[in-house]
Amino acid sequence: MSAIIIFTAVSLAQLMIGAAMAIAALRMFRGPRAQDRIIGLDTLYVSAMLLLVTFGIGTGRVIYFEAALVIGMLGFVSTVALAKFLMRGEVIE
Amino acid sequence: MGFVVDIPLWGAIAVAFFLLVGASLTLIGAIGFLRLPTFYERIHAPTLGTSWGIGGIMLASMIYFTLSSQRLVIHEILIGIFVTITTPVTLMLLARAALHRDRAENDLNVPSKFRNEQDD
Amino acid sequence: MLPYPLLTLSLILMWLLLSGFTPGQFILGTLVAVFASWAMASLRPDKPKIRKWHLLPKLVTIVFLDIIRSNLAVAYVLLFGRKRGQRSGFLAIPLEIEDRTALSVLAIILTSTPGSAWLEYDPHDRTVLLHVLDLQNEDEWIDLVKNRYEKLLMEIFA
Repeated sequence: MSAIIIFTAVSLAQLMIGAAMAIAALRMFRGPRAQDRIIGLDTLYVSAMLLLVTFGIGTGRVIYFEAALVIGMLGFVSTVALAKFLMRGEVIE
Repeated sequence: MGFVVDIPLWGAIAVAFFLLVGASLTLIGAIGFLRLPTFYERIHAPTLGTSWGIGGIMLASMIYFTLSSQRLVIHEILIGIFVTITTPVTLMLLARAALHRDRAENDLNVPSKFRNEQDD
Repeated sequence: MLPYPLLTLSLILMWLLLSGFTPGQFILGTLVAVFASWAMASLRPDKPKIRKWHLLPKLVTIVFLDIIRSNLAVAYVLLFGRKRGQRSGFLAIPLEIEDRTALSVLAIILTSTPGSAWLEYDPHDRTVLLHVLDLQNEDEWIDLVKNRYEKLLMEIFA
């Protein structure tokens, strides 16, 4: 019984997070300006991180947690670098 | 669905509840992100996903792994702390970049700098 | 010997959370944390001065409840649109706190509660520019920031 509940909840959650990622990707394509695209990328990687955690619950493996942590760190650094580029026109001054 | 380990019913209900709360808040945030008209309104939408979106799914994962492996598993809290600390940094930098660009174009919808500075 | 005890402690905790609570990992984690805090000392960042520890749980509770409340409020706005009379807008608030740690804690609180975002801080005027999603009454927001968070933060960080 509890396996069915968890399976359904994980599938529903994955569908919703997948939809959120699709919407974020749509905003990345649409723009209209560079800062909108960057914030779309930010939303996309945060949702990807959440999706990985739900994969972890669905399969019962802990390895997905580490992948989520790595995505979070790389995403943070890339967003900061892109924002810095927007502000100054170069990343390393 | 043989790969899901059996855990007590109350645990399964709690896991399902937190998962669905987190996922639906993330989705609502994304929908708002698409619907809101200006950039400065749009920066509010992702914070739904980074506050209780992350929080709910983190709690669900913590409850599930604690019950299924019969020991306390709380390393998910690291993701929560990490995201809580980094989101303000990214949003603040992006907002400042956007303000800078809008001011450079003399956009009248954006408040000007508090004082006239040249040292920037 | 330990220039940043809080940093060392949280590094050890993080190490143990990532690799498991065993005595061997504790020794290894302590070594890494001590060397990392020495490395941090050569960068000479400002040391956070927390004066009143007993007020920290109060702050955490207030922020936790506010995040739940504003999550619901923002979700409502995003799904059904704004109520009559609500609009989004910029808001400049003069602040009294100067401590860097307290300022960054305030920035984290305001940004992670949905509905308000910290845009920029001017250290000369000591004013912060916020953007608020459902701005109905400016005084209400100013009151929230000044009385609910800033007072408590000023008490905690001397």
